[in-house]
This record gives sequence, C-alpha cells and structure tokens, in this order.
Amino acid sequence: MSASLLRTSVVRYALRASAPKPSTRAGLAGTAFVRGKATLPDLPYDYGALEPAISGKIMELHHDKHHQTYVTSLNNFSEQMAEAKQKEDITAQIALQPMINFHGGGHINHSLFWENLAPTSEGGGEPPTGQLAKAINESYGSLDAMKEKFNAALAGIQGSGWAWLVQDTQTGSISIKTYANQDPVVGQFRPLLGIDAWEHAYYLQYQNRKAEYFKAIWEVVNWKAAEKRLK
Amino acid sequence: MRRYTSLPIALFSLLLRSSTCVFASEQPQQPFEFGAMSASTYSLPPLPYGYDALEPHISAQIMELHHSKHHQTYITNLNAALKTQAEAVHTSDIATQVSVQQGIRFNAGGHINHSLFWQNLCPASSPDAKTSSAPKLFKQIKATWGDEETFRDAFKGALLGIQGSGWGWLVKVEIGKEQRLAIVTTKDQDPVVGKGEIPIFGVDMWEHAYYLQYLNGKAAYVENIWNVINWKTAEERYLGTRADAFKILKASI
Ligand SMILES: [Fe+2]
Ligand SMILES: [Fe+2]
Repeated sequence: MSASLLRTSVVRYALRASAPKPSTRAGLAGTAFVRGKATLPDLPYDYGALEPAISGKIMELHHDKHHQTYVTSLNNFSEQMAEAKQKEDITAQIALQPMINFHGGGHINHSLFWENLAPTSEGGGEPPTGQLAKAINESYGSLDAMKEKFNAALAGIQGSGWAWLVQDTQTGSISIKTYANQDPVVGQFRPLLGIDAWEHAYYLQYQNRKAEYFKAIWEVVNWKAAEKRLK
Repeated sequence: MRRYTSLPIALFSLLLRSSTCVFASEQPQQPFEFGAMSASTYSLPPLPYGYDALEPHISAQIMELHHSKHHQTYITNLNAALKTQAEAVHTSDIATQVSVQQGIRFNAGGHINHSLFWQNLCPASSPDAKTSSAPKLFKQIKATWGDEETFRDAFKGALLGIQGSGWGWLVKVEIGKEQRLAIVTTKDQDPVVGKGEIPIFGVDMWEHAYYLQYLNGKAAYVENIWNVINWKTAEERYLGTRADAFKILKASI
C-alpha cells in the first residue's frame, strides 16, 4: 500500500519538477528521489475544489501542514529506525514502532483520503457502480443505508480517528470500521474509502457541528477511487 | 446554570451511599424518585470568568464554543447514558449495563476534565496567574525537576507527544505517606482518577481547544497557556484532597 503511494508521489513530483514552477516545491522535488524517503503527494485537485463541502482553507492546512508534518516526522523516525537496526538496538526499535505507526499511518491515511475525494465536477458524489455497488447493496440494502451506518460510526469515534469502508482480505466482504488516531488499515482488512474524523478536518468550517461535516462530505466522495481499491 | 437549592446538598450525602437513591435537580417540577429509574443529572458549571477573559492567549470564540458547546455536549450525553444505565439496572438488563459503560466513561471524563480545566485557568492579569501564588507547590516542582524551565520543558514535551486527542496533567500522587508530583498524559477524555492521584492542573490538547486561533501551531498554544494557568487553584489542589479538587463537580449536579 505505502509503496504504491510513495511511487505515485515520486512520479507526481518528477512531473512537477520538469514544469517551470518557481515555488519551493521544485526544491522538494529533488528529495522525492532520495531512496526510501516519503514525500507529500500532490493533491489531485485544487485546494478550493471541494467547496462548499470542505473549505479551501481547511484543505490547504490539512494537506500542506498536517499531512506534511506526518511525512517529515515519518522520515525522521524512519531514519532513527534504520540507525537502531544497524546498531541492532532492539529496545530502540521497539520504542520507535509507535512513532512509525502514528506518522506512517498519518501519511498513508491522508494519501488515501485525498484520492477518495473529488470535486463534483470530476465525479465527486456520484454513486458507486459495478462490484462495489453490488457489495454495498448486498451488505446494507442501499447506499443511503450504508452512509447512515458510516456516519453513525464517524459520530461514535471518541477522540481523534478515522472511519473506513474496508474489505476483508479473507472473505472479500465489505464492512465499516473505525480506527483510533492514525492507526492505518492494515492486516486482515483492505481500505476502500476513508473519512478523516480528526477535528482539524472540519473545525474551521463546522466547529462543533461535526454531524454537518459528515453529511456534507458525501457530496465529494470519489467512489471511482474506492471501486479501484476493491479486489 | 448552576442550580442553587438547599435540598440537593442535603441529599448529596445520601446519594453517595446509595446509587439507587438519587435526585434530579434538573427537573424540580417532578417529585423525588427514590426508585432505581432516576439518575443524577449534571449541568454545565458556569465559567469563573468571561469568555474573553483569557485573551489574547485563548480567544473568546474558542472559549465560548468550548464551554457552551463541547462541555455541554459531554454533559448532555453523560446524563443520557446515566439514564439508560439506571433503567438497565432497574430492569436487570445486564447487557445494556455493560454496553453503556464506555459512553459513561468518555462523557463523564469529558465533564470532569473540562470542569477542572476551567478552574485551573484565569486571566493573565490576575495575581492568581503568578507562580508566587503557589509557593508550596512550586517548592516541590523545583525539588522534582530542578528548576521551572526544566519542568515546563518536560510538560511541553509531554503535551506535544500526545498522538491524537488527550490531556496533559500535573498530578499529585499519594502512596501511603509518600507523595510525589508527576506529569501524566491521558488519551481522549480519560480522567485522572487513579488511586492516590489528585489532578493539580490540566491542559486540553484536543484540537478544538486551540485550532480556531492556533491552527496546526499547537506548540504556540502550549507555550501561551502558561500565561493563564491559575496557580492559586493549583496550590489549593496540591494541598487538598481529591474531594476538594472535585468539589466543582458536586456543585454541578
Ligand atoms: Fe487529517
Ligand atoms: Fe475540550
């Protein structure tokens, strides 16, 4: 999962680097080629493109600051982990694991999140088709019934976290699961569609009215991305 | 907001002895119920200062939302969960009694934490905001961490190390006759209620506590909060018992 995300961001930055862009991004592009370094993936749309569901200000801070911090911290702790492995320092490796889980999870989760959103002009909010539509109908009766369950799961998160539509890698069936903080969807389950329920994802626009955010975000869900993740 | 009636205070000691003997101060029009169907009802304790009193360190907009919306929601959800629990006890519905526990823990924690938090803050211009208002506590802080800066750095490090939502607390830990200070972080709304633990002051590290003003710059929030720590309250909690620290909660029943 993370490998493909990293590859994507390398390609994107490679493309960016070839274009004449007098921004600091050109400098970042160089780091994309350092082996094993995570980089911030480019957003596949503009910061303001998800308005009015999600404001441009939120998108900019969320991508350019929050996600960037996860990327920077992940690289920092990965480097420390590499050192600890080289020194065969097991204690240090174990101590670093929660940091890798948190910041690596933050990187993976946000990368998937940007992809599974889209402006309405680019298909955001259009209902799923094919296998995924079938699976949702079979499991929940209808898309609306699934959304209702998903929003209840989001509302039930006590603290920071995510809700995901996941696929069981053993049985192929789909379900809704919540994850605390930045715990990534790994192991038995495959992430299909994720919604960020951290306060930073909505607070500037919705403040304490998070139910309104959960309702609005379906207008910009990119079901095509979720369909591609289904196996 | 707080309801002053003489009866709840008299009844409070009763309440402590028997979980089935409770009084709902929110509904004074109803007769007392001494059956298991009723549950204690909490209400939002008033802020001991105005919403704008902590400016410029914490904006009035944050304070108003935080107190009147977020804290209120914990109380509303706590009261609902307690009612569900009381009914489940009455009907011997053990499955519901168990399933409601996490909701009680979370929302009661939110109520406890925020109630303590408001009290351990004060306007920067207040004499209570000076560390000289906590001479005995400060002596032990210095004995524990060496100097004020080391203590602040340790506290800041703990706050910024929280992964997700949570709180950072300076806690007095009493074990037998021994007593020490500790910096403790808790996740989500877990309250500091462990054996022998008395919260001295806490800092809310949920994003709602600072985001409208500080955005992703939580280090600046953690830096500025020192200006509005109520050291007088901290000293009182340090010298007192847990019941003293939690008296605000009893008053909001
Ligand atoms: Fe996020
Ligand atoms: Fe809070």
